[in-house]
Amino acid sequence: MTSIGTGYDLSNSVFSPDGRNFQVEYAAKAVENGGTAIGIRCKDGVVLAVEKIITSKLLKPGANKRIATVDRHVGIVSAGLVPDGRHFVSRARDEAASWRSVYKGPIPVSALSNRLGSYVQAYTLYSSVRPFGVTAIVGGWDSEAELAVDGQVGSGPKSGSGGKVDGARAGGPGLYMIEPSGLYWGYYGAATGKGRQAAKAELEKLDLSSGNLSLVDAVKEAARIIYVAHEDSKDKDFELEMSWISSLDGPTHGRHEEVPKQLLEEAEKAAKRSLEGEDEEEEEVAKDGPNQGERMEE
Amino acid sequence: MVGHGASGMLGEDGIHVDMNHLKSGEVNMAINFKDGVILGADSRTTTGAYIANRVTDKLTQVHDTIWCCRSGSAADTQAVADIVSYHLNMYSITNNEAPSTQVAASLFQELCYENKDMLSAGIIIAGYDPRHGGQVYSIPLGGSLHKQPYSIGGSGSTYIYGYCDANWKENMTEEEGINFVRGALREAIKWDGSSGGVIRLVVLTAKGAQRHLYLPDTDYTGPGFTN
Repeated sequence: MTSIGTGYDLSNSVFSPDGRNFQVEYAAKAVENGGTAIGIRCKDGVVLAVEKIITSKLLKPGANKRIATVDRHVGIVSAGLVPDGRHFVSRARDEAASWRSVYKGPIPVSALSNRLGSYVQAYTLYSSVRPFGVTAIVGGWDSEAELAVDGQVGSGPKSGSGGKVDGARAGGPGLYMIEPSGLYWGYYGAATGKGRQAAKAELEKLDLSSGNLSLVDAVKEAARIIYVAHEDSKDKDFELEMSWISSLDGPTHGRHEEVPKQLLEEAEKAAKRSLEGEDEEEEEVAKDGPNQGERMEE
Repeated sequence: MVGHGASGMLGEDGIHVDMNHLKSGEVNMAINFKDGVILGADSRTTTGAYIANRVTDKLTQVHDTIWCCRSGSAADTQAVADIVSYHLNMYSITNNEAPSTQVAASLFQELCYENKDMLSAGIIIAGYDPRHGGQVYSIPLGGSLHKQPYSIGGSGSTYIYGYCDANWKENMTEEEGINFVRGALREAIKWDGSSGGVIRLVVLTAKGAQRHLYLPDTDYTGPGFTN
């Protein structure tokens, strides 16, 4: 790296003359080596998925979760340093609980992401700390129902409140990705970790902004994308972990939960099948295309 | 204070007002109606038997379309309303959207419950937002929170439980709602010695907040709409 020897990469919060903060960039490097994590936001919910590289055969399958529940309606998955991710989740839980104690209701996903962004950013400002070695994906569902104040008694007029405007904004899915710099954006599809490039390419094909993908299909796509993103590190075994949050009338009733075992297995099977299918297609093309070797190059 | 016995007594130099015992809001109420909510209150503030203010405004705005009726200690309820107003203002800035009435109600409740030993405040919160429509919440002395179709408060309210129960209807028109609130407050003022002055109303709908005023010299029939 060109910066070696300049000394501008030794301390956090110190800018280099061309306006960069190397410690933050190194943190981003730590993320690039982590297992791929993705999030998909569709009309009726959000799916989170992560590729867990199996580092030892002694690890118990299915234990060692990497997706955490922050509040009933919010989940977080991260790529990068696992302990940093745990601390990040712990802070997220504190923020969600603090919101509940003041406002007597669930924190909106946007507000939670904003607070977490500010928290992560603060770790780029001081020489006594290092930035977070994670990029976290925050997924959740803001209730579309009219929420009561926690602990209130009574429910107002039997005929309901007067003067409601039809179609006034009311809840929905939320998906945000927070980087080590504290930068965060809202996404239809988010990907981070080692296989993010392949995953992003696949996410873009889904045309998520049109709102045509259903939650169950999104689960299957998420599994497939993690498998596609794993292609480049095929030599390593991995485990797929997935969670989802649906609308109130959907399968999880607005709560963040693990994807049920049966659906997970189904999605994994379909993912493997589609990958095998791709290989076969390639082979077939190779057979009947005489100049295939040249055409395949990019 | 030296030389004075009970609060609100006349001093040698004339009238003495003990600010610690200023009581405001001897009768107030808020109701749901077809298009939103209506708040109403009398205008008497007393220090013992002395009327410290006969044209008080007990209907206090804490956000664009969230208002409250204050009763109990004038100092305490003003302080609480000021704090809530500050937090709602911060909420709308940081979250890029107006706070719902629920948010206001929970802030009021947090303050009233956590500081119950130090406060004498009975507050009715009424607000309108497009998503939830009009809502009325009541927070009595201990700091509990009640969502109600309509709510009455203050010492004068004891005289109008019967009136309200007999005349209350759900889904009233604006005119019916105004007449209901005005009629009830007029009765409270008539029978309760510590309620009086003018009747102030605020109507909260999708159109925003509208103030009404009714004076005793016309037996509380006018002038009505004021802004």
